[in-house]
Amino acid sequence: MPTVSVKRDLLFQALGRTYTDEEFNELCFEFGLELDEITSEKDIISKEKGEEKAKGASDTILYKIDVPANRYDLLCLEGLVRGLQVFKERINLPRYEKIIPPQGEGQRLIITEETVHVRPHAVAAVLRNITFTKERYDSFIDLQEKLHQNICRRRALVAIGTHDLDTISGPFTFTAKAPSEIKFKPLNQSQEYTASQIMDLYRTDSHLRHYLHLIENKPLYPVIYDSNGVVLSMPPIINGDHTKISINTRNVFIECTGTDITKAKIVLDIIVTMFSEYCEKPFSVEAAEVVYPNGKTIIYPELAYRKEKVKSDHINKKIGISETPSSLAKLLTRMCLKSHVIGNGNNIEIEIPPTRADIMHACDIVEDAAIAYGYNNIQMTIPKTYTIANQLPLNKLTELLRLDLAAAGFTEALTFALCSQEDVADKLGMDISATKAVRIANPKTAEFQVARTTLLPGLLKTIAANRKMPLPLKLFEISDIVVKDPNTDVGARNYRHFCAVYYNKSPGFEIIHGLLDRVMQLLEVPPNEENGYTIKATEGSAFFPGRCAEIFAKGQSVGKLGVLHPDVITKFELTMPCSALEINIEPFL
Amino acid sequence: MSPSVAELLLQRLEREAAGPGAGLCSLETAAALGLDHQTLVGAVKSLQALGEVIEAEARATRRWELSPEGVEVLRDGSPEVRLFRSLPAEGLPQSDAMKLPGGSVGFSKAMANKWLRLEKGAPGGPRVVRAVAEVQDGVQESLQQVQRGEAENLPERERTDLKRRKLLLEVTLKSYWIRKGSAFSTAVARQETELTPEMIATGSWQQRPFKPYNFSALGLPPACGHLHPLLKVRSQLRQIFLEMGFTEMPTNNFVESSFWNFDALFQPQQHPARDQHDTFFLQDPAKAPELPAGYTAKVKKVHSQGGYGSQGYKYEWRLEEARRNLLRTHTTSTSARMLYQLARQEKFSPVKYFSIDRVFRNESLDATHLAEFHQVEGVVADRGLTLGHLMGILRQFFTKLGITQLRFKPAYNPYTEPSMEVFSYHEGLKKWVEVGNSGVFRPELLLPMGLPENVSVIAWGLSLERPTMIKYGINNIRELVGHRVNLQMVYDSPLCRLDA
Repeated sequence: MPTVSVKRDLLFQALGRTYTDEEFNELCFEFGLELDEITSEKDIISKEKGEEKAKGASDTILYKIDVPANRYDLLCLEGLVRGLQVFKERINLPRYEKIIPPQGEGQRLIITEETVHVRPHAVAAVLRNITFTKERYDSFIDLQEKLHQNICRRRALVAIGTHDLDTISGPFTFTAKAPSEIKFKPLNQSQEYTASQIMDLYRTDSHLRHYLHLIENKPLYPVIYDSNGVVLSMPPIINGDHTKISINTRNVFIECTGTDITKAKIVLDIIVTMFSEYCEKPFSVEAAEVVYPNGKTIIYPELAYRKEKVKSDHINKKIGISETPSSLAKLLTRMCLKSHVIGNGNNIEIEIPPTRADIMHACDIVEDAAIAYGYNNIQMTIPKTYTIANQLPLNKLTELLRLDLAAAGFTEALTFALCSQEDVADKLGMDISATKAVRIANPKTAEFQVARTTLLPGLLKTIAANRKMPLPLKLFEISDIVVKDPNTDVGARNYRHFCAVYYNKSPGFEIIHGLLDRVMQLLEVPPNEENGYTIKATEGSAFFPGRCAEIFAKGQSVGKLGVLHPDVITKFELTMPCSALEINIEPFL
Repeated sequence: MSPSVAELLLQRLEREAAGPGAGLCSLETAAALGLDHQTLVGAVKSLQALGEVIEAEARATRRWELSPEGVEVLRDGSPEVRLFRSLPAEGLPQSDAMKLPGGSVGFSKAMANKWLRLEKGAPGGPRVVRAVAEVQDGVQESLQQVQRGEAENLPERERTDLKRRKLLLEVTLKSYWIRKGSAFSTAVARQETELTPEMIATGSWQQRPFKPYNFSALGLPPACGHLHPLLKVRSQLRQIFLEMGFTEMPTNNFVESSFWNFDALFQPQQHPARDQHDTFFLQDPAKAPELPAGYTAKVKKVHSQGGYGSQGYKYEWRLEEARRNLLRTHTTSTSARMLYQLARQEKFSPVKYFSIDRVFRNESLDATHLAEFHQVEGVVADRGLTLGHLMGILRQFFTKLGITQLRFKPAYNPYTEPSMEVFSYHEGLKKWVEVGNSGVFRPELLLPMGLPENVSVIAWGLSLERPTMIKYGINNIRELVGHRVNLQMVYDSPLCRLDA
């Protein structure tokens, strides 16, 4: 969930009133936001770098507000204020206007076909006669960063470039060139570099290095030029220094390039709707033409208003309320969805503004009506759904066995399903290929290399972590292990295993053997060869030679028991003899 | 049967005259009866336990005793005297003198007493000769005095000196001064400690007094096994769902395809949750061999083009991405499989499902986050379910968990709309804390499966670990789950009574 940090006093000034922290928290809760933290720049620096470094930092109160991940229109102070003011019916939702300049006077962005393999899409628009202040400028930069981190998926899907239009002259060309052929002065640098040098320059940059991989291995890098060959940007890495905007900039050229055209359009719509507020003609945006390699021309931003029709009955039934159509229309209007009753009085027509790309379906409209109504005002009712409950037979058996195993004097452990390759193979004297273990592609540490194929390592590690406890230690676990199985739809499956260990000054094979007998007794499997269970001498790499037996029941091998091999005991950092038992309980269902 | 020690003691006490100063010293009595002092003390204690039969006042007596070295001196004389007496009249070289009886201790003491003289200039090195003609063994005499029991007559300084030489030991003896008690009687029978089969058979228990129990001591802990606290909570939650008529889903498949984990739930392929940083993807088996063909095509369409009244996400949906295997990040993947099966039934019938099982997240670990945890999930599918129904069920469910103050906050989940987070008022923290997440499944999820249009599915989820940590007062999740568990905590954990 993205967090937006706004200056409290600035927020209250824009809202036209002040709130106590509790009051504002309540407002957020009702609207679906969360006042996550009340802090200041000084506090933040002090927490991260120590009090010394925080000296002199601003102690202006900041509100950190968690915003739902699909509400891009709330990612800056401007949007938050607009949303809350409309919600509280203090203002009407502004209407965003696209101004198309007379033929030949508007800005044009020409896409060449070289971009197709690296970053095929681009959209553009102009904010004309804008007035920045320090706060507005900071918010403008901040919003771009928030969009980059969220909907733009760390610039992979969309990258935003904003430029001082008065420093450049169109038409602009969005093309792709070999890194050696691109040369310009990157933002805030003092000299020119080639694209290859730029990549080296930012390899250690704490911020930009995360984006290098997006184009690094491509033969051609995307780049935007003006008609004089000035570089606007090399998306998604860096803008040129030449077109840098400042608080004195009056005309802003915005380009969004990317691999996902839908998201690029949303991002452009959000930036222009949020900041056109500060244009000479508020909420108006100057359109730009984007010319595709096939000659097709599209005017951006889209700023599309979409109309949806929903029956008021539908909304009432989905929420469980009974509001009149006009009251529902009013509720929706408070959520920036301008609505009115149409037709015979039962239909509501809703206008979805360009800021609300999250409204994809009538269910999204229903939710907004419910939020405006107040979730906590909805009457709670019990559905009349009549059903008979059933336990999953495997879990039912597990629950019954657990109780009797504890009654038999063993204590239940709960160990991780993920472990290192070493735990399930090397430490048990096995080769990993023999385990049929499922392997994880992206583990952060060795503790999560594979899914366990046996419960034994987890129990042995539990003992190792509890060596200070009085002996004997008697532990058990009934849980799932995972192995590859090409016959399932995903290529792997779980098996429910039961494992028990006895750890003491003597191996206690008879105790583990007795536990097996007890479990079989509980499962009504008699000790005989015909229709019951038997154990037969075998060898196992984890067991001491001559002290291992295979367990046969229901006509199949279900597991092993025995005294653990001294090498296994040592590798799990244990010092005492130990006997163990592990079986698959699924044949006993 | 010969009289017991207690009886002998009572008889002696009986003969003692009454009045102040009357009574017996336990040390003297033991000596007089020819018993070990400890045996007598045992009898005193057992009589005391009977109540007011006797009074016994603890006393500490200080006594001087010879140490083993002291006994040696008493027999052979002090080292300095022995050395002096074995020294020939003409003297000896110092090194030889040290080898005489009494040795170096005797030499240094005799020198300090000025009984000997060292001739430093003598030929062949320093020579020891007598400085006086005769000496008296005062040390031996003092020890003889102690031996006679007259240690108190020795001057304090001398005793301290002998103690420092480790010849005398100061011993503190604990003894009792015993007097008749207010309920004194010699007719006190020996107390029985336990009831025996013999007493029951003969009926002798009726005549015998029994030693009282000490009820303030703890009993012997039973030798037993224990259930894990988290799984005790799991059992209770299962019970709650069963009480509410919910059927358990088969969640015994940790490996899942991206398709069922994300795509089927209308979670777009570029969604941050599908990032390497959040999800464990598999290297082997890397791809799911099989996805349900017709249904997969419908999912592809609703993502990339929309439909069923939805705009869709409008991106290029890739089958290869959907086939990528992972460790499920939520049990909702199983809910999706169950709803798909439900949709394939000839006729729709309402269902209530639940599951409690492990899920996996490739997250950074800390005191409250592990890479795997248990998700608790409830799902209801029926015609005409409302948000009010969801809230009603949640209220019932949480009430059974002992959580009664609830409120709901609008939230965002990719696969539910409306969505709401469930908050409960925490008395300890004095604030509202999130206890679960919930919502109504999106039509883009249900309709491609083939569920009837008027069927709504409401669902909620929470972690099992969080309520368990609150219930059992555990701050570090590693002490609860995994091999670093503290077994003592498992042994000591009480019953799980959630509504108590």
